[in-house]
Amino acid sequence: MDLQSLQVAQESFWRIFSAGVTKTIPLTVISFIGAMILAVSCALVQYANVWGLKQFVRFYIWIFRGTPLLVQLCTLYFGFPNLGIVIDAWTSAVIVFALNCGAYCAETMRSALESVPLGQLEAGYCVGMSWFQIMYRIVLPQAFRTAFPPLFNTLISLVKDTSLASSITVPEMMTQGMRVTGRTYEFMAIYLEVGLIYLLFSTVLTKLQTWGEKKLKTYENK
Amino acid sequence: MMLEVKNITKSFGSLEVLRGVDFSVNQGDVVAILGPSGSGKTTLLRCMNYLETADSGTMVFDGVSYDLSHTSKRDIGIIRKKTGFVFQNYNLFRNKNVLNNVTEGLIIARKIPKAEAHETAVKALEKVGLGDRLDYYPYQLSGGQQQRVAIARAIATNPEIIYFDEPTSALDPELTGEVLSVMRNLARDGMTMVVVTHEIGFAREVSNRVVFMDGGVVAEEAPSHEFFEHPKEERTRQFLRIISGN
Repeated sequence: MDLQSLQVAQESFWRIFSAGVTKTIPLTVISFIGAMILAVSCALVQYANVWGLKQFVRFYIWIFRGTPLLVQLCTLYFGFPNLGIVIDAWTSAVIVFALNCGAYCAETMRSALESVPLGQLEAGYCVGMSWFQIMYRIVLPQAFRTAFPPLFNTLISLVKDTSLASSITVPEMMTQGMRVTGRTYEFMAIYLEVGLIYLLFSTVLTKLQTWGEKKLKTYENK
Repeated sequence: MMLEVKNITKSFGSLEVLRGVDFSVNQGDVVAILGPSGSGKTTLLRCMNYLETADSGTMVFDGVSYDLSHTSKRDIGIIRKKTGFVFQNYNLFRNKNVLNNVTEGLIIARKIPKAEAHETAVKALEKVGLGDRLDYYPYQLSGGQQQRVAIARAIATNPEIIYFDEPTSALDPELTGEVLSVMRNLARDGMTMVVVTHEIGFAREVSNRVVFMDGGVVAEEAPSHEFFEHPKEERTRQFLRIISGN
């Protein structure tokens, strides 16, 4: 790497960074919100043992945890048009990331729900509360606290996994980086730069996690 | 007669835990249910509050008859709102402080206005001697204090009857006393109580009737003094000998 490489890196910084802000971050946030809605629903279905739905949820988790994310992206974006279903790149990416991440988070939430002692559910019944009231007010808040660190883990993974959306033409950070390298052949400088911006995002999230864990500690045992 | 159950049966797999239990409670009664481990005491209590579904049996509560194995969700809700339940392991809501553990059932389940619920809860907590611990979380309390919060949670809803499932069995001996004294006060105030317990001293002193269970049936039922002074059944005498240590 010489001065020219650094200059290319410097000139391309805003282009890549702004793709991060306008594409990577929204993609991550929207997908993760979708994933959490899916995860909580799937976890509750399994926790409550709803026959039929539970089998469906297991099937969904099996598929999305058992196949590569890249294959899922390509199937939806490149494969579905063969069936006459055309979905644009951005939407495809959001759908796949939400479904994939949701499958992992569903398992995290399920185990967190199961870690809340059953006696509190019974105590809730005995003071006259309904299942949904107990879940919403007693069990889920405790489960979220337990699940918080592993969920954040998945979120940090997701930030980095969004780089795979470059393979289905979403113009996020990796795509921008690849375009610059295609023109300048400065692979080392540009990919290091892209990597550093991801590291920056992950670091912010790690700080956020530490802060969040502290906030959630109010009724902690230790 | 405020509560009467007839012929309750309940099996867990091939294990018959209740084999036809009859049982009744009058207003103001303090009934102690005694018996060896595995005799079905706890299961009986749990069936009466639908924490377990009995295989068969009927319950008359407040003059209404229910089939214990087929009670509608709505009826179960109605019954639970008229009863209180105190668990062996307290089962406090760990994410709520002491005050909110008590107000939860009032505000959420009974839609009582916040201020009124707050006032009721504080009164209940003062009654169990914890009026100065309102903003503590369960983990900050001793076992005895947690169980007293659980009792406050049960009495705050103004139930017609409270079920106690071995309320002192998880406690260190020196903490048992504070819980028993709270229960003694409740009994004195005329609260109707059914207490599954191993505390013979408490049963003898506070309860007015004893139900002795063995092997999933009621082996003997009698007014307390009679039960302890002149037990009729050989099985009862044996149990009392073992438990009193001679």
